[in-house]
Amino acid sequence: MRHLLSTKDLGRDEAIGLLDVAEDMADVATREIKKLPTLRGKTVVNLFFEDSTRTRISFEAAAKRLSADVITFSAKGSSVSKGESLKDTAQTLQAMGADAVVIRHGASGAPRTLAASGWIDAGILNAGDGTHEHPTQALLDAYTIRKRLHGRASRGRDLDGVSVTIVGDILHSRVARSNVWLLDTLGASVTLIAPPTLLPVALDGWPATIGFDLDAALRQQPDVVMMLRIQAERMHAAFFPNSREYSRRWGLDDVRMSMLSPDSIVMHPGPMNRGLEISAAAADSQQSTVREQVANGVSVRMAALYLLLSGERPSVEPAPSDTAWQAQDEMEGR
Amino acid sequence: MTEQDTAVRRYLIVGAALADGSRSDLLIDNGRIAEMGTALSAPGAEQVDADGLIALPGLVDLHTHLREPGFEASETVLTGTRAAAAGGYTTVFAMANTAPVADTAGVVEQVLTLGESAGYATVQPIGAVTRGLAGEQLAELGAMAASRARVRVFSDDGMCVSDPLLMRRALEYVKAFDGVIAQHAQEPRLTVGAQMNEGALSGELGLTGWPAVAEESIIARDVLLAEHVGSRLHVCHVSTAGSVDVIRWAKARGIAVTAEVTPHHLLLTEDFVAGYDARYKVNPPLRRTEDVNALREALADGTIDIIATDHAPHPAEAKDCEWDAAANGMVGLETALSVVHAAVVQSGQLNWQDVARVMSHAPAAIGGLRGRDAHGDGANQGGQGASIGVGCPAELVLYDPTATRRFSTADLAGKATNSPYIDRTLPGRVVATFHRGQPTVLNGRVVDRPAHGGAPTSEVSHG
Repeated sequence: MRHLLSTKDLGRDEAIGLLDVAEDMADVATREIKKLPTLRGKTVVNLFFEDSTRTRISFEAAAKRLSADVITFSAKGSSVSKGESLKDTAQTLQAMGADAVVIRHGASGAPRTLAASGWIDAGILNAGDGTHEHPTQALLDAYTIRKRLHGRASRGRDLDGVSVTIVGDILHSRVARSNVWLLDTLGASVTLIAPPTLLPVALDGWPATIGFDLDAALRQQPDVVMMLRIQAERMHAAFFPNSREYSRRWGLDDVRMSMLSPDSIVMHPGPMNRGLEISAAAADSQQSTVREQVANGVSVRMAALYLLLSGERPSVEPAPSDTAWQAQDEMEGR
Repeated sequence: MTEQDTAVRRYLIVGAALADGSRSDLLIDNGRIAEMGTALSAPGAEQVDADGLIALPGLVDLHTHLREPGFEASETVLTGTRAAAAGGYTTVFAMANTAPVADTAGVVEQVLTLGESAGYATVQPIGAVTRGLAGEQLAELGAMAASRARVRVFSDDGMCVSDPLLMRRALEYVKAFDGVIAQHAQEPRLTVGAQMNEGALSGELGLTGWPAVAEESIIARDVLLAEHVGSRLHVCHVSTAGSVDVIRWAKARGIAVTAEVTPHHLLLTEDFVAGYDARYKVNPPLRRTEDVNALREALADGTIDIIATDHAPHPAEAKDCEWDAAANGMVGLETALSVVHAAVVQSGQLNWQDVARVMSHAPAAIGGLRGRDAHGDGANQGGQGASIGVGCPAELVLYDPTATRRFSTADLAGKATNSPYIDRTLPGRVVATFHRGQPTVLNGRVVDRPAHGGAPTSEVSHG
């Protein structure tokens, strides 16, 4: 794997392969010495232009368990906050010999820009870019679902026939995007439930069923319900009237929780707004996988780093603009 | 440079095809087309072999960002008009979003003077509609109109005059001197943080959408205002099929509205954004294939009057970054004719006479240059945007329609390289451009020092 930028680029076998490697990595966590020598001598840089303690420490733990040297570069208080460009930062990391860069950035597409730029040779791992994608979150979610459903027999399995309902701010959610592509690739059927204001205006091409009514969606008895975090600032931009109304219509409260089948799974990527998009009882229920998701995150990120740094490095794929030019030439008969 | 010096150089263009397909030699003498016909002879004149080349009237760009004063790192009047000459342009209208803003007689006269001393093209300043482009108070429109720059086009380009009352007043006020308001139609509240066309692709890429309705609603409001107060409105860089419908409706109703489209909106779609390559970031954004097709049809049927480049130079670092941080805009002067060729001539929608109309005659007319003499001495008839004919000022471009070239930064003559066409193959090539009877481009190369320029500046020799 040259880079991990998006789950849209992942094929089925590649995705299952990564989840299987994560199973092996999870086994390491059960040993007395939770460390493998695999990436000794490799340098992994966590380049975080946005604060995200959870994701950053998860990647840190993953890299350290593989014996890589980890350097964390947080934008706050660094040269980046003094106006240094992505390009200069990347060239600095290149000069320091980074082998992999785990990047979290507020701008959608920043990891792809970095990967296509030629500024740096390192493998690029997208740890969340703007409102675009967060591939390792989707992978850990898929891993968590697979583990709950198949337990120790998970290896090699896909998610064929599993129904997943994702609820909340789809418009701004990189977690939702990455999950839609990956879950579809793995054979699951995805339903998106949100206020109309928090859905992209056009969803052609998204392999998902769209709805506004959470109760109707829950009556379908989905195998998995994934609640997304609602950001406080959405309330001030007329996306919905206030948190009470949001919670009433789109929150997973105790009544809605009781509609679910007992063996269904309740997920949340964290951090949760208890009492807003998810009730405390739902978050702490037996069906909730919130803490498993955190634990599985480390295994999945170990797998991603391992495949990025020890696998083959295939040559660069054509840029989307090249593809667009090609399509245009064909359309115009050139 | 005296009259006598320039009079020495006469040019005989041999065997050019005119826009209507007929062939003619053209004798250029003393800044004019002195003779036309076949087998002309002119002893002492420098011959230019135009066999297989099309002679078009010098192109006129109603929408150019020359960046000077204030943003000389991106472009100057000199470098921007070199880019213009390279693209076959003999006139550019310089947009007002400089620093200081072109909102006083002093600034527009400065830009005019810089254009005269560069000598590569007529530089006609556009005045700002509001002071500082702030959208609050009218700029001194009358003073700019009465200045030596004789401003007739007013625009807050980049910023929409979104306040409806202010727009109404501006439209009304410029009637006093037959001015026109060129509106950048973008409803600001509907485009907060907008990054690309809003649609399925923006949702997938996670980029904030720039909805078509933000353009269409302003155009709809403005044509109704123009009708109400009986004024002329010009719509900058129309980008959506819905805007075309609104303008078509307004024209059918008899409203005095004209509209422009950029070469890039005629060729490129939003699909180019998928790789987050900031060279494709432009405002208004690249749209859907349906929009591109509607714009081509509207240009062919006259709903859209002209092609204007929105040439927008930026320094490398403004594009060499993540998408959100990148500047909007692309350079377009050097490639415009080739892109138009690829988009609407090869498709059969426009012939070369149409190209002369939409890239020269009509923009000069909208900008108030028709009938104004290029020499500024008022002694002769004709001016920018006139058809090629005996007695007309020698403002023309020779274009090779059979050439194809892989476009590179070496083909760019301005300061900036933010072109989406680098490393792409485009049809055609500008072989020569004549401005005021003297070449600014010859044998496909921009001349180092145009005959009508002032003293050379260091930038000429440093390129």
